Amino acid sequence: MKTLAELMAIKEATKQRMTVREDTGDDAIRIVVGMATCGIAAGARPVLNAFVDEVAKRNLKGVTVSQTGCIGMCQYEPIVEVIQPGKEKVTYVKMTADKVAKVVNDHIVNGNPVAEYTVSAIK
Amino acid sequence: MRELSLNILDIAQNSISAGASLITIEVSENTTDYTLLIGIYDNGKGMSEEQVKSVIDPFFTTRTTRKVGMGIPLFKMAAEQTGGSLEIKSELGVGTEVRAYFKTDSVDFTPLGDVSSTIQMLITMNTDRDFVYKHIVNEKEFVCDTREIKAILGDVPLDTYEVSQWLKDFITENTEVLYK
Repeated sequence: MKTLAELMAIKEATKQRMTVREDTGDDAIRIVVGMATCGIAAGARPVLNAFVDEVAKRNLKGVTVSQTGCIGMCQYEPIVEVIQPGKEKVTYVKMTADKVAKVVNDHIVNGNPVAEYTVSAIK
Repeated sequence: MRELSLNILDIAQNSISAGASLITIEVSENTTDYTLLIGIYDNGKGMSEEQVKSVIDPFFTTRTTRKVGMGIPLFKMAAEQTGGSLEIKSELGVGTEVRAYFKTDSVDFTPLGDVSSTIQMLITMNTDRDFVYKHIVNEKEFVCDTREIKAILGDVPLDTYEVSQWLKDFITENTEVLYK
């Protein structure tokens, strides 16, 4: 079973790695998940978790995952916005944890937004 | 909401919006008389008596307390449909305490769900706040306090991936033991 004592070991391992990690600059990509009542009820929690996992798994630098309140289109929740300086904001709607790997791979890593998941794909 | 753990996540967001620096989440279950208490207590800015009344009524709220909206009414409904109740104690400048009482043997009882994911998310997304998570089952108790964890971690942030994963397992495993 996990104990507080184990945390010491994790701390030491992480500290060594942290010294070589560069700071995230102004050109960082922000992934923002709507986490108000509407987003949570629609399933935003697993979506946010999936983004955190995927970004960590790929060891992506300069990418932050954060949360925000109600974006104002509750019927399309879970909503995720990808904000990158110098580029137009991309809004993904009706997100699921399954769609996350594709968004990270195509959009965050390769720079091609996944058009079929975005708000503009809604008729 | 499909899980009560999502209501907890939602109500705790209100505490964060209210500027709380310490948020305590209590889940206390008695398996012999089938009762469950879920409490969210904070030291945020608090509410006046009028505001407390308005957060319970989803239609009265809309403009003045938009940040609160449907969260409390949904949580109240989840409690009342089991034969339980919801109470809010709040004082301006002191903080707010929300308590929901459930009857777990009711057919309309919503499962507790993945509370460890909720707590992990609250802690790692709000590293500038402190959280105390207290889970009680009959006489057994588990407490997770971020002040204690931060003291061990020193300058290693709580939202480091390895720490976050440890946190999730730490809470899940120690909570499971309570039910054995």
